[in-house]
Amino acid sequence: MSEVLVLVDHVDGAVRKSTLELLTAARRLGEPSAVVVGAPGTSAKIRESLAGHGAAKVYVVESDTATDLLVTPQVDALALLAERTSPAAVLVSATAEGKEIAGRVALRTGSGWLVDVDDIAADGVATQSVFGGAYVVKSKVTTGTPVITVRPGAIDAEAAEGAATEEAVEVPVAEASKPVRVTGREPVVAGDRPELSEASVVVSGGRGVGSADSFSVVEELADALGGAVGASRAAVDSGYYPGQFQVGQTGKTVSPQLYVALGISGAIQHRAGMQTSKTIVAVNKDPEAPIFEIADFGVVGDLFTVAPQLSQEVAKRRG
Amino acid sequence: METMNIVVLIKQVPDTWSERKLTDTDHTLDRDAADAVIDEINERAVEEALLLKEAHGGKVTVVSMGPDRATDAIRKALSMGADEAVHISDAALHGSDTIQTAKVLASAIRTIEGVDLVVAGNEATDGRAGAIPAMLAELLGLPQLTHARRVEVEGTEVRVERETEDGITHLAAELPAVVSVGEKINEPRYPSFKGIMAAKKKPVTTLGLGDLGIDPSEVGLAAAFTSVVESAPKPPRGAGERVEDQGDGGVRIVEYLAAQKLV
Ligand SMILES: Cc1cc2nc3c(=O)[nH]c(=O)nc-3n(C[C@H](O)[C@H](O)[C@H](O)COP(=O)(O)OP(=O)(O)OC[C@H]3O[C@@H](n4cnc5c(N)ncnc54)[C@H](O)[C@@H]3O)c2cc1C
Ligand SMILES: Nc1ncnc2c1ncn2[C@@H]1O[C@H](COP(=O)(O)O)[C@@H](O)[C@H]1O
Repeated sequence: MSEVLVLVDHVDGAVRKSTLELLTAARRLGEPSAVVVGAPGTSAKIRESLAGHGAAKVYVVESDTATDLLVTPQVDALALLAERTSPAAVLVSATAEGKEIAGRVALRTGSGWLVDVDDIAADGVATQSVFGGAYVVKSKVTTGTPVITVRPGAIDAEAAEGAATEEAVEVPVAEASKPVRVTGREPVVAGDRPELSEASVVVSGGRGVGSADSFSVVEELADALGGAVGASRAAVDSGYYPGQFQVGQTGKTVSPQLYVALGISGAIQHRAGMQTSKTIVAVNKDPEAPIFEIADFGVVGDLFTVAPQLSQEVAKRRG
Repeated sequence: METMNIVVLIKQVPDTWSERKLTDTDHTLDRDAADAVIDEINERAVEEALLLKEAHGGKVTVVSMGPDRATDAIRKALSMGADEAVHISDAALHGSDTIQTAKVLASAIRTIEGVDLVVAGNEATDGRAGAIPAMLAELLGLPQLTHARRVEVEGTEVRVERETEDGITHLAAELPAVVSVGEKINEPRYPSFKGIMAAKKKPVTTLGLGDLGIDPSEVGLAAAFTSVVESAPKPPRGAGERVEDQGDGGVRIVEYLAAQKLV
């Protein structure tokens, strides 16, 4: 069976959930080989979790400089391994960084690239959702080693036994890798809430929430439902909530089991990021708000009375 | 740095406010179905280039690959204050994928002498590849400082605050370099009447594939490294139940969620 290269996304010595999803997808195409690029000692911390999700091999590309550079160490490693192992595919998470890595790997290896994939079949045909879920497109790579970036949260991670045999790989710096120095990092502090792109419940607030302080109403409902918090661009632009939580055309695309929109009008660009959610609930005081056109259940009312009552009722039932 | 020679990459896209479609025949973007506008993120890229030019002196050249009517997007950038433009337009480019687009843009940038900085948007609203800037860095052999929420040039060094889902990363590199800007970087200026009038006289060079030494058989739908097997519009979502809050709105939602087995 041919190998499938999976780039491991890791932070603070832990594997990101999206990597486990990639390993699951990789098993449909062949035998997953995890590629770990990082500081010395990284692989030792995460090998077990890779083994628990079916990694047959782990290519260890560790160096002191790996974390001082942006993107190019990963590109150098994947391009070299793609040439050496002729894999059935190279899988990377469709994050901002993952897409940059994948695009460069595709160029360097002369291969086709499928960008924001929701699903992959055993024959390599991938499903993509375009224009904010208005279209479903199926495509495949016709030239080179298929490079595929998979949307985090789209595929369920499944546990499987893998040998996770480690192999250290020496990767010379390629000529195209002009260095960019990383002079500092301020990582996002992972809170107690699930990650936005992977949460099964998302509660979002819009301009109607009115201030940064009153966003606690949104957070309380998210916590009652065990969900993540999202925000409209208007809420982000007004400084109510940080930009990485923006949902929509130019923010995150989410498709949770349940999406609750509080004080969001439902502009087309917001809908582009959430209309593939299984169930949509909206609270808005304007009965004409377009969000009601796509809501499975809508309440015309003031979010400051409806949301706290909802939080309490949920707590009671869970209590 | 004496003065800066800046290239800004702009793309004309279907207006996100209108309905966007794929054609039934070859699954490519149906450009006639929706109004076409300069992508909002590219107005921010132009703005950032203009700010750098105002601070350091120099020249801003707009580069765009797209059909004839992309001239509207180019005029918009020129009326904001860019100095000149290069429009890559060739029928053979129809249906080009990300990889081909990156290669064509790289060839066009190479025709401009002494480029210090290439500024792009971080992600287009139609394709959403979010990788053309990184791919240009690969092809041009330049450092990539992408997803910037802040850009600073001092001497021959460019420094960027990169913002992604991972947080903030501080980057630095020597010029020349490729930068892409995010949505939070600035508020683009409106073209003034004077700017709109002046834009009409600014030089726009139109380049075909022949001018770039690219064989038409290397680009376009037939030469793409990926192919669409099928595409179908998703049935639109209908509206469900809607109730007025009578003081029991929260309770009503819980009852609905319970019926759906969501709580
Ligand atoms: C290129 C482009 C990209 C964009 N990308 C995005 C994106 O990624 N994400 C995004 O969200 N937007 C995006 N937008 C912006 C989008 O067009 C809208 O401006 C934005 O979504 C509006 O946010 P909002 O619904 O919170 O604000 P508004 O449209 O102002 O709506 C606020 C709503 O709150 C309701 N309200 C007020 N007070 C209360 C109350 N007490 N109780 C209940 N309801 C109340 C009001 O009735 C109103 O419907 C983009 C726009 C463009 C042009
Ligand atoms: N056809 C094009 N012409 C000019 N610039 C482009 C084109 N396609 C992409 N770009 C640039 O690359 C950025 C990112 O696009 P993308 O990688 O396609 O999401 C855009 O905001 C533009 O600055």
